[in-house]
Amino acid sequence: MNAAGTRAYFGRRYWLSASHRLHSDALTGEANAAAYGKCNHPHGHGHNYGLEVLVGGAVDGETGMVMNLVDLDRVVDEQVLERFDHGNLNLDPAFQHQVPTTENFCRVIFGLLKNALGEGRLEHVRVEETENNFFECTKSEE
Amino acid sequence: MIFLTRRATFSASHYYWNEAWSAEKNERVFGRCANLNGHGHNYTLEVTLAGEPDAVTGFVVDLKWLKGVMESEVLAAYDHRHLNLEVDEFKAGKLIPTTENIAIAAWKRLEPAVKKAGGAQLSRVRVYETPEIFAEFRGGA
Repeated sequence: MNAAGTRAYFGRRYWLSASHRLHSDALTGEANAAAYGKCNHPHGHGHNYGLEVLVGGAVDGETGMVMNLVDLDRVVDEQVLERFDHGNLNLDPAFQHQVPTTENFCRVIFGLLKNALGEGRLEHVRVEETENNFFECTKSEE
Repeated sequence: MIFLTRRATFSASHYYWNEAWSAEKNERVFGRCANLNGHGHNYTLEVTLAGEPDAVTGFVVDLKWLKGVMESEVLAAYDHRHLNLEVDEFKAGKLIPTTENIAIAAWKRLEPAVKKAGGAQLSRVRVYETPEIFAEFRGGA
């Protein structure tokens, strides 16, 4: 049996802690409070975000790997963790014109990793805001 | 279409080593995983089948049957074994037992039994090496 060249997927989980406040400048104070509830409290709040990254590709015949996890760790560290971990999402340039909902955060991370990994490598990104809610951005539905 | 997943765990040891490479290159590429004494993990196997619920039973497949197939086809071969030394597809010169290759090999072990049963199709096999590292295979080439 030789799996060389067969397409498979490799996934890895990461954690980052950040604060945010859900507030849209396009809405009144009252409408913001109605839309976002306690997530609109003025001083923000934080989460431990779980990040799941899935890359796809041919299994290398020599290593048996889709991608070396050391290389994936480096990309995720440089692109995502160093930028957002222990930071305030609202202050990041990516959220100057969009609300840092976890939907938008997921799309931002997908875009950063897609560019850094190169065409066709990134399959999906899943961001877990708490144990009970999560958001996914997938290559085919980007 | 419904996707139904069953999970099982197994424990096994392995190491990464490419026979065609020098010891120095194996150690550089595979790092700690190239220790020839091996090391072990608690693996989680997730098997997803896709199909329509049966009009009478409401089942895509009988979960008890799926549990039996996972045990007889995969766990019986992998659980509490040294993958490189005791499992045919990972012996020296064959596949390196990376998480990717374990997902592909588990699919190949499961596929004949799932096909023989008719009905639901094998859709995805996911193998977790640790809670933070996993690989999945969706069939095809």
